[in-house]
Amino acid sequence: MNLDQALITFIAESRELLEDMEAALLRMEGQGEGDPETVNAVFRAAHTIKGSAGLFGLDAVVAFTHVFENVLDALRDGRLAFGGELAALFLECGDHLQGLILRVEAGELDAPPPPVEAELLKRLRAFLADEGSKKAETAPPKTQLPREKEASVRPLGGNGVQTDHWHISLRFSPDVLRHGMDPLSFIRYLGTLGQVLHVQTLSDALPALTEMDAESCYLGFEIAFASEASKAEIEGVFEFVRDSADIHILPPNSQIEEYIRLIHELPEDDLKLGEILVRCGTLTDSELTRALADQRAGEEAGAARPLGEILVESQSVQAPVVDAALDKQQQIKTQKQQETRFIRVDADRLGQLINLIGELVITNASAQLQAQRAGLSDLIEATSSMARLVEEVRDSALSLRMVQIGATFSKFQRVVRDVSRELGKDIELIITGGDTELDKTVVERIGDPLTHLVRNSMDHGIESAEVRRARGKPATGRVILNAYHDSGSIVIEISDDGGGLNRERILKKALERGLIEPGHNLSDREIYQLIFEPGFSTVDQVTNLSGRGVGMDVVRRNINELRGSIELDSEEGKGTTIRIRLPLTLAIIDGFLVGVGASSYVVPLDMVKECVELRGEDMAKSTKGYLNLRGEVLPLVRLRELFDTRETAGGPRRENVVVVGYGDMKAGLVVDALHGEYQTVIKPLGPLFSGARGIGGSTILGTGDVALILDVPLLVRVASSHEPALTA
Amino acid sequence: MTSNALTLSGALRQPEMEGNNQFLTFMLDGETFAIGILAIKEIIEYGSLTTVPLMPVFVRGVINLRGAVVPVIDLSARFGRGVTSVNRRSCIVIVEIEGEEGSHDVGVVVDAVNEVLDIDAAQIEPPPSFGAGIRSEFIRGMGKIDGQFVIILDVNRVLSVEEMSQVAQLGESAPAALPAGA
Repeated sequence: MNLDQALITFIAESRELLEDMEAALLRMEGQGEGDPETVNAVFRAAHTIKGSAGLFGLDAVVAFTHVFENVLDALRDGRLAFGGELAALFLECGDHLQGLILRVEAGELDAPPPPVEAELLKRLRAFLADEGSKKAETAPPKTQLPREKEASVRPLGGNGVQTDHWHISLRFSPDVLRHGMDPLSFIRYLGTLGQVLHVQTLSDALPALTEMDAESCYLGFEIAFASEASKAEIEGVFEFVRDSADIHILPPNSQIEEYIRLIHELPEDDLKLGEILVRCGTLTDSELTRALADQRAGEEAGAARPLGEILVESQSVQAPVVDAALDKQQQIKTQKQQETRFIRVDADRLGQLINLIGELVITNASAQLQAQRAGLSDLIEATSSMARLVEEVRDSALSLRMVQIGATFSKFQRVVRDVSRELGKDIELIITGGDTELDKTVVERIGDPLTHLVRNSMDHGIESAEVRRARGKPATGRVILNAYHDSGSIVIEISDDGGGLNRERILKKALERGLIEPGHNLSDREIYQLIFEPGFSTVDQVTNLSGRGVGMDVVRRNINELRGSIELDSEEGKGTTIRIRLPLTLAIIDGFLVGVGASSYVVPLDMVKECVELRGEDMAKSTKGYLNLRGEVLPLVRLRELFDTRETAGGPRRENVVVVGYGDMKAGLVVDALHGEYQTVIKPLGPLFSGARGIGGSTILGTGDVALILDVPLLVRVASSHEPALTA
Repeated sequence: MTSNALTLSGALRQPEMEGNNQFLTFMLDGETFAIGILAIKEIIEYGSLTTVPLMPVFVRGVINLRGAVVPVIDLSARFGRGVTSVNRRSCIVIVEIEGEEGSHDVGVVVDAVNEVLDIDAAQIEPPPSFGAGIRSEFIRGMGKIDGQFVIILDVNRVLSVEEMSQVAQLGESAPAALPAGA
């Protein structure tokens, strides 16, 4: 797995390209036709992957993509009609490419290709053959030249040289190696397009050994190349170095003036270059002599030919080729603009920055504490303005890691498409709130649970078309993915308009499994929550809510690991909504510091609604486990009892209640002291404490002491739960 | 807290070659134990410990070790001999443990740190199958020093994070862990 930097970039870029490609293909499939723009986008993605793969010598990727690209090309040129079959094939090809890229990443590309590749290639070739036979029928045999030949440059006759191969002059920029590209791989890749007849390496630019920089490239190459490929295709080989390298490509049988111009343009000595061209077999001796004589004659005439004339002369380049080149330049320009707006940053570096800022927050808190102890007002002022700045730095550093959830959501277009085919149901996916941002680390880990939930909704939620019609619903089922921000959390909703959960069945099942005791009155929500219990999902026929190995309990565990929670709303016959609530970030939060006995605990500030003092008469009542908060019943959690604080002797003289809310549930945490707001860097407690309940993590206070962060969602659940078995 | 810390990085960790024979001896409830020196990162004064509620007694709590939160284990409690009482010479020995998921730092409360000793491999007897008063898989061997035996602990077993967290989770599911209905 020791990949060099460039290959890692290749893998990352290929992934993105494949994602774009998939999105484009799904769009095409949805429209039932391929508009040129979209087809082009797909083609470009495949082409870029092929090109880059060629640079790295990943022949397996190149070979497959080449065939794929040919079919796409045919589609682009209108030689193939777009259809559902083709779309499905393309999607599979995309998957296969993804598989290949994965293998590149794992470094196992040498393994034999999976059987699916041969099958895909066969199907791709079938389309190409179709196209070929159609063409044979319609076109008169006279023009049945290979397409590449048509597009290639026609010799202009007259002063042309005899050679029938391309001549390519390469002068790489000294930085080419530093940019992670190997000149050799270009030449090697060139070999895939035709036959490299002769390579002449020019080392004139090589400085004396003492001045040489080992990381610079000083070499130039003159290549004689026999190929049927078009000029654009050959140019494509050098696409990645075109900006920095000096590349001249002369078609076969070019005008001799072209060669002279080439000789002039290249930095090396004219005479020597001439010899090289001869040695490459590009020019014959006599042609060279003639050329040099012509050149002298021109000089003697004293008329330095104007540039325009030379340009006109370069009619050896066909107009369409020029257009294509211009188009490409335009594209590259717009791409460049986008690139400057984004910087690709190593996630580890970003993580390091955020860790450092975490340390800064802690150190700053300590400085503030010292200032307050010393009682120097100037120092207090200085530290508090510093604290404000640190807070801003913290927020902007964290926002660097924020990504929109839209990209994750749109991946589900494909899942929904595939699963709906598999199930034979007609289901559409609607995405809203795709621009909601959340931490990248959260996004990465939410994919699997979301997939499971979406599949579940489609499989068990949405009814078959007949049932839907019988119930008076539209035949097309609907799954909605939605995201929005809500008091320091992000909420992701997966809803469907299917049959909903069957309350009685869940209840019966739960009784059977011993998850609940008979005779308890459970609210609908509590009943629905049962499907997340382990042991509930593993049995599938009865509950018809699970399957595929990953149970809902695993989903819930994954979400809990992200310090999130999951709940479910359902209406029978109308549909189900699953709501996942996640913290915005996993690194730094605003905390509220409270004291219980000798220990300090941190409550995430976003969840604190208010604080109330527990007075005499309330105190008596509060022992019953609830409090009258302005006419509302507030369940209480006494942290002192819950955490079994070891120095229980002599309770505190005064108690306070921190009212916390999570989702639409509220509870009061009974604590001894309120210490106020506190910026908190979350430190994981490590695997030893993976079973610690009620504790979500830890943080370091300004004093250097460790404070524990309360797991408010769990405490709220404990407080408002009437069914203790649920929390066991 | 770390001002009085006795760092071992220089003097003790350097001789990697003979490090295999070097052991730190310490006192625990009147008995001498030893730990291979290579596993030890540093020794700090006992203090500023934060207890984590609802954990088994042998998990003493967590400390801030220069920005990292490190769990502290009470070995005596781990051996089932009762909680170590803190005295003036109490120390926390920071040990690096190789777990299934990489290495972690774990602190161990000891009554007093004695010295670093060379014990020849020839002077180390295999662990007795019984009679040492602690689980035999915790013992790497019995070192002979001046005719006295010291128990050389296998820290990766004694302080196995996997095993300890399992114990912690078992303890947590006991009925008393979370009061029903709060």
